[in-house]
Amino acid sequence: MLQTIGRRLLTVIPTLIGVVIVTFLLTRVLPGDPAVYFAGPAATPDSIEEIRKTLGFDQPLATQFVYYLRDLVHGDFGTSLTTGQPVVSDIAARLPASAELTLLGLIVAILIAVPLGIVAAVRQGSFIDHACRVVATAGVSLPVFFTGLVLVYVFYFLLGWAPAPLGRLDIFYMTPNSVTGFYLIDSLLAGEFETFRAALAQLVLPVATLAIFSIAPIARMTRASMLSALSSEFVRTARASGLSPYRVVITYAFGNAMLPVITTFGMVFSFLLGANVLVEKVFAWPGIGSYAVEALIASDYAPVQGFVLTMAVLYVMLNLAIDLLYGVIDPRMRLEG
Amino acid sequence: MNQAVSVDEVSSATVVAQPGAPSSAGQSEEPTPVPTNAMPPEDTGPAAPQSSIFHHARYVISENPVTGFAFALFLLIVICAVFGPWIAPYDPLASTDATLAPPSASHWFGTDQLGRDILSRVIVATRLDLGIAVWSVALVFLLGGISGVAAGFFGGWVDLLVGRLADTIMAFPLFVLAMGIVAALGNTVTNIVIATAIINFPLYARVARAEANTRRNAGFVLAARLSGNSEMRILLGQILPNVMPIMVVQMSLTMGYAILNAAGLSFIGLGVRPPTAEWGIMVAEGAAFMVSGEWWNAFFPGAALVLAVFCFNLLGDGLRDIVDPQRRT
Repeated sequence: MLQTIGRRLLTVIPTLIGVVIVTFLLTRVLPGDPAVYFAGPAATPDSIEEIRKTLGFDQPLATQFVYYLRDLVHGDFGTSLTTGQPVVSDIAARLPASAELTLLGLIVAILIAVPLGIVAAVRQGSFIDHACRVVATAGVSLPVFFTGLVLVYVFYFLLGWAPAPLGRLDIFYMTPNSVTGFYLIDSLLAGEFETFRAALAQLVLPVATLAIFSIAPIARMTRASMLSALSSEFVRTARASGLSPYRVVITYAFGNAMLPVITTFGMVFSFLLGANVLVEKVFAWPGIGSYAVEALIASDYAPVQGFVLTMAVLYVMLNLAIDLLYGVIDPRMRLEG
Repeated sequence: MNQAVSVDEVSSATVVAQPGAPSSAGQSEEPTPVPTNAMPPEDTGPAAPQSSIFHHARYVISENPVTGFAFALFLLIVICAVFGPWIAPYDPLASTDATLAPPSASHWFGTDQLGRDILSRVIVATRLDLGIAVWSVALVFLLGGISGVAAGFFGGWVDLLVGRLADTIMAFPLFVLAMGIVAALGNTVTNIVIATAIINFPLYARVARAEANTRRNAGFVLAARLSGNSEMRILLGQILPNVMPIMVVQMSLTMGYAILNAAGLSFIGLGVRPPTAEWGIMVAEGAAFMVSGEWWNAFFPGAALVLAVFCFNLLGDGLRDIVDPQRRT
């Protein structure tokens, strides 16, 4: 088992190297002068020259890459021109907001999509099966920013059930003491249930937006994978042996159908991390996505690079976690290792 | 891969049973000829008799009216894209005093904060949105298709190189990579096309690679090799035409995603600049009015976007049913 994990960890290394090279190339192989980009729109020729020297743009590309790696190892992603802070601390401060949103969105999506997919497969051709089909096709056609805006209009403007889409917490509430950075957990730890309720209220619409978006691929895969498991011989044997339908479907069929579904999570995460950027803009969510968007608009270059790299590394790690989870669930993987 | 294959097999087996459910009993007798009808174009490639393809296409459309609906919608979108400026009732860029007017008889979709007619802007924007998607899909079709086919056919270092490239792109969350590419190359519409093409590259390269790989030692390839054709000639003359139908399906399946991606980028302020009419940027401009109740600003361009993407997704599924019935899920 340990050996399998070790081997899997090793395969991450070439991917990470690829990611770093691509991010480096994105910074350096600009059609214009990178120093001008990094200096920002309000730069003088002197300050551009200074940035060229400090960032090593007067060196050959290979040397620049070494400098770039050295900076990365030291956690130096450059400085944001708009906030005046190092990009690393900006991102670290905003990451929990994005993580809370994305993870909740994924959890809600799984809680809805997996049962939906199972029922659609078991009752194939039924009303639920058709509903599952409609949800799956409609879900991939809806742009997240549009879903989010429609939800805001209906639940904030028309019905007044949701709070204004302006960030993580209404201004009347104090932010809870930061322990994990997740407002829901922090407020519970501090025993401030009123704050917890307020933070949850802010979360409902953006989380629903992300969930609607990611239900489609998960439900579709669960249905397809359950169909294949249900028609397999071990399920027929289990049925013939007189096991209860519940036991057959959940223990036997779903236990085996889970693996392809978990593999889909990798793709779902790729979509979610991208969709997160759009949802954060719609709901004025102070996460790393809106940070990157603000930087993009202001032609502030270092934060965008830091953001792309952070997201890519996070995504590689998530995929690694999914693979390891795969090994835990599937005993065959352990034997092979 | 094994799982994916088995899923496909199962669902294609179940499809035969499904169409009977919503439609009348008379139609459910028809499914029997499907597999036999569909197989010849699969195996013999583009040389298959055209009439059988049309017959099958007619069957798929009649069996699944949704595909017919999608096709009608597609025609409407194309008409808007081609004749948009002539169809639009008003000048899409002309400001008037009637700002933020709700939908009415004179302005079906209402007017925006500058008094511009939203219906006209939505119609005129079709050409730009569709154009971005078509160009990016065409670009990735060329790049991804050719490198994928070469990787699958030649194997060796070409395969390794293309595979590594695809893996590296896949290591990024795709929309985030597109943001980074547009930020690096410059904030223009051309670069949105390029970024959308790059993030779709792995998908095309993988499909083309898999298709080419299964055919590299097929009978007709061996025959061509035996009669003295060079490898390059076999690749272009035998492999490529056979991979083409699957690639065309892939194109229509990714069209919707390409439109979504481009609209997402312009929603966050990349590429298209105001006052240009484009669905993504129109939704972004209307977003602020959603909380104050002027819903028509963001709703209509957003709905146009949803319809276009929905249309291409349905069309892609329908086209796949025609070209490659076994993959139907």
